[in-house]
Amino acid sequence: MESPFRSEAAAFRFLLLSIGAFALIVGASWINPWLGLLLFLALSGTAVWVYTRQRGPGPPREQIAQLGHPDEKRVLVVANETVGGDELMEVIGELALADKSLFYVICPALNTRLKTWTSDEDPARAAARIRLQTMLERLSSVGVEAQGDIGDVDPLVAVEDAVRLFRPNELVVSTHPEGRSNWLERGVVSALRERYEMPVTHVVVDLSR
Amino acid sequence: MTSHAEAVHDHHGPPEANQSSRIDARLLGMLLFIASEAMLFGSFFTAYFFVRVVNPGAPSEWPPEPYHFPVFVAGVNTAILVTSSFTMHWALQSIKRGNRTAFLAGMVLTFMMGFVFLLTQVVEYLNVGFNTGDGAFASVFFGLTGLHGAHVFVGLTLLGMVIVRGFRGHFTPEHHLGVELPGIYWHFVDVMWIVVYSVVYLI
Repeated sequence: MESPFRSEAAAFRFLLLSIGAFALIVGASWINPWLGLLLFLALSGTAVWVYTRQRGPGPPREQIAQLGHPDEKRVLVVANETVGGDELMEVIGELALADKSLFYVICPALNTRLKTWTSDEDPARAAARIRLQTMLERLSSVGVEAQGDIGDVDPLVAVEDAVRLFRPNELVVSTHPEGRSNWLERGVVSALRERYEMPVTHVVVDLSR
Repeated sequence: MTSHAEAVHDHHGPPEANQSSRIDARLLGMLLFIASEAMLFGSFFTAYFFVRVVNPGAPSEWPPEPYHFPVFVAGVNTAILVTSSFTMHWALQSIKRGNRTAFLAGMVLTFMMGFVFLLTQVVEYLNVGFNTGDGAFASVFFGLTGLHGAHVFVGLTLLGMVIVRGFRGHFTPEHHLGVELPGIYWHFVDVMWIVVYSVVYLI
């Protein structure tokens, strides 16, 4: 279900539904005011339930305009605590060997919801900065060109910001294994695949090994 | 932060503006505006229900004796306003299909019906038999219906602009956001009237 006021057609459908709903509510209220109230609550509850459960038509996949040389591979790496993982370094190494590649590493400033709401972001950003610095130094030591930045707490927003800036033609997302990954539970990888018209490589890093 | 001196940004100037919401900024503006309007109406409805509940004869006696609401006239007015939403929808569908005559006819009809609604409301105010000083019920009645009337006036202004632009040859099947946004607003005004008419006049 799309937002009832996202387009004129949706607003018009919402109007027709409102007419039907309020005709029922008025009819029920004439029989018994409490019945009318009950019906109003039931219909409102149903509307909220339908709105929150159903997904509207997704936006079209986004094509990112090429920046730099056409044969250049521009890889955006998104990683949380797994940023220094061996599996991720292995994938980056393979990509660096295969083509003339530029890498841009994004470390979202991971934070709790409460701290995000209260704007208590400094410790999260400091931790993300340390992770990013470690990663960039490690890549530099093996001769891989890389830049990086700290991203938004929401990985999708962090990627969106980095995509505008870096214009990658490939995405690498590093997560914890299934079952321990908050990003996988939220469907971050699949959302990125749906959203962008470019290869998305998912790297699973098991830090417990 | 970089591990290499080479710059990776080949273009000059600031990066392209981020549009994380992935909704057209103008449409997003209208959505936020409508959300704020819904809250404004919500506060007026809260006042209305409060006054109605504390009314000595509540809930059956509404409005308090000896006053009466012109339910039939308002019902006819409701039918006019609802019909105007249909013509608005027709107008937008017409411009999407490139039918300029139907688009202009739909817009003019919508405007005329909106104008008749507003005019009828003014006549209703003059003949309703009570005024704002006749009690809390009268204040809340004029407040709520007047707030809606103000929105109809704003909607008519927007529709008027669309009509003028339409007659000047603006809008095409590809570019008609200037019709779509007033259309969304007009439907919102209509939905609010359905609620106002139902709770104030009928229930």
